[in-house]
Amino acid sequence: MTDYNFAYLDEQTKRMIRRAILKGLAIPGYQVPFASREMPMPYGWGTGGVQVSAAVLTPEDTFKVIDQGADDTTNAVSIRTFFERTAGVETTTTTCDASVIQTRHRIPEEPLSEGQILVYQVPIPEPLRFLEPRESETRKMHSLEEYGLMHVKLYEDISRHGHIATSYAYPVKVEGRYVMDPSPIPKFDNPKLGDMAAIQLFGAGREQRIYALPPYTQVVSLDFEDHPFEASKADHPCGMCGAIDSYLDELIIDDTGGRMFVCSDTDFCEARQLAGHKGKDAA
Amino acid sequence: MIEIRNVSKTFTLHNQGSAVIEVINDVSFAVAPGECVALTGASGAGKSTLMRMIYGNYLTQAGEIRIGDVDLVQAAPREVIALRREVLGYVSQFLRVVPRVPTLDVVAEPLRAVGVTAQDAQARAEVLLTQLNIPQRPWSLSPTTFSGGEQQRVNIARGFARHYPAMLLDEPTASLDAANREVVLSLIEDAKARGAAIIGIFHDEAARTRVCDREIDVSRFTPGVAA
Amino acid sequence: MTPLLSVQGISKRYGIHIGCADVSFDLYPGEVMGIVGESGSGKSTLLNCLAGHLAPDEGQVIFDTRADGPRDTLTMSEPERRMLGRTDWAFVHQHARDGLRMGVSAGGNVGERLMAVGERHYGNIRNKATDWLGRVEIDAARVDDRPTTFSGGMQQRLQIARNLVTGPRLVFMDEPTGGLDVSVQARLLDLLRGLVRDMGLSAIIVTHDLAVVRLLADRLMVMKSGHVVEAGLTDQVLDDPQHAYSQLLVSSVLQV
Repeated sequence: MTDYNFAYLDEQTKRMIRRAILKGLAIPGYQVPFASREMPMPYGWGTGGVQVSAAVLTPEDTFKVIDQGADDTTNAVSIRTFFERTAGVETTTTTCDASVIQTRHRIPEEPLSEGQILVYQVPIPEPLRFLEPRESETRKMHSLEEYGLMHVKLYEDISRHGHIATSYAYPVKVEGRYVMDPSPIPKFDNPKLGDMAAIQLFGAGREQRIYALPPYTQVVSLDFEDHPFEASKADHPCGMCGAIDSYLDELIIDDTGGRMFVCSDTDFCEARQLAGHKGKDAA
Repeated sequence: MIEIRNVSKTFTLHNQGSAVIEVINDVSFAVAPGECVALTGASGAGKSTLMRMIYGNYLTQAGEIRIGDVDLVQAAPREVIALRREVLGYVSQFLRVVPRVPTLDVVAEPLRAVGVTAQDAQARAEVLLTQLNIPQRPWSLSPTTFSGGEQQRVNIARGFARHYPAMLLDEPTASLDAANREVVLSLIEDAKARGAAIIGIFHDEAARTRVCDREIDVSRFTPGVAA
Repeated sequence: MTPLLSVQGISKRYGIHIGCADVSFDLYPGEVMGIVGESGSGKSTLLNCLAGHLAPDEGQVIFDTRADGPRDTLTMSEPERRMLGRTDWAFVHQHARDGLRMGVSAGGNVGERLMAVGERHYGNIRNKATDWLGRVEIDAARVDDRPTTFSGGMQQRLQIARNLVTGPRLVFMDEPTGGLDVSVQARLLDLLRGLVRDMGLSAIIVTHDLAVVRLLADRLMVMKSGHVVEAGLTDQVLDDPQHAYSQLLVSSVLQV
């Protein structure tokens, strides 16, 4: 192994983070403060997620990192390599083979199963921050369940755009109690948050908050009766694998306005291509 | 209807060497429904002061002022307000209104306050304003833009908008021309005919003789300035 | 008749300084009470104690709640008190920007209280907001504009609409016409008078402007150094003030 303690953090820190995680699981959607550590990467690069991953990893785990659905971006590769070096755990890009998946801004297309843990990197954990800058006030609003303000945000959306234009970090209500920011995942992923078999953990390093959804938690996206929640995506099939039910990224492919839509979940897309599915832009 | 018993009033001017001025001492009289009583006496005798005491505008130190079954001297503010809304009307010499409110609404307001619909209240206001020869053109304007005489007539219209069982009139005919004076006097006669108890101050002797049943000389109760 | 608000022996001290001392009164439904006094007389302290923004050291503030009748709002649980603040109570700040969300459209500002009490139909919220903008004489076309684009008088009227949309029974106002020029003040006063009459509102208005209380308030309390020195019918206190300080206050107003 290396000169690092297993998974970089010292045991006391990991115990502190595990206590926060357990509290978060006990009170789904509640933001638990924790003593976030300096990590060997800048804030905004996933320090919250990395600390949560470090606290839950065991030597037997298989680890996967995705960034906007992709396994091969700089951020995903660096974090994967970080835990290969500091924890010596197996890594994979295959969703179903991973026991711990750290993610930035996506939920894998393939349904997760019991025994898996999904760790989200969270930039701003407070869903009410948009309209109420005072932390003391937002905490009170959570404790007293005063969530009218959340609908003011959605109201503003409709009044300005004619529909709820919030397309990511779409607020949800957990078990009829806490309003939660699901991190900047596209709202297409929102329906997957609820009733999920895997454990979902959310870590915000800079803001020093951890929150969690235990398996099979009820999660409801906020909306209006006459403007119901809609999980939207680009209205195209994937150019590479032809999938019609996956979340797509738009790629500009030349300087004459050419574009293609491809699955943002690279593992999902590759698996489909291997199985023989072909999109119209596939080589 | 209006019963005044052993009423006295002093002013204490705290900021002028705590001078105490006795204005009225031990007044008693009563006004029956349908009766009009004039307060007389030289200027400064305390006619207006007594009138304001009966309206609850000035605080009464001693005695009893009964209007219907309410003793104004002991009544809580909200009882006085209810009394003024339901029972006791007052036509003062000066119009005091919120700027910008149309004349028609100024006149209709006492009716609106007791729950008359906007439409009915305005209809009544229109009748009164027409009677008092306020041209229709500025009804939608605030009376603050009107001449002194017009303002006074708007004030009279407002005072007579509702059929109060008791009324106080402070110089209602002062500075009116003959035609309007006649209108006001007939309004007073109508009020008496339907049983209103009225106390008034009239410098206009002819008017006083015409509408008043009795006179009370207030100077009899004025002790003058005490040392 | 049960008073809507019964204030008993409210005192608030700031260290050795007196904020307000032993203030008691009853306010009945539909009554408007003015509180006047110079700066530092304790009128704003009193208002904030009554509205639950400050915790008084002594006393009771008993409000006749719709559900359970008279309750001391000071011993209520915080959620209950805050609920009251969103439903039956309203607070109009002197500076509109203290009472508005400046980053939210006029419609959103008015709709917030509706959403806070559970309204979840966008169309209904918007219709009610538009209706209320009309009632406070703001053009319905401005419903999606932010209050930053409004004049001072419009902002104040928007604040009033935002407060009254849930049909409160008691409105606290802290210098509602302060800082507005006189023509705008007159319009606002007229509007407030109409709303008070049409909605049967009770209100407590703190101001140092005697003209405002004469036009709006049925009753008046005069405060000096934290104490109520005189209380009574508004025109009686203004026309025949009894206490030395009230006499000074009334005689200090410039006649126009």
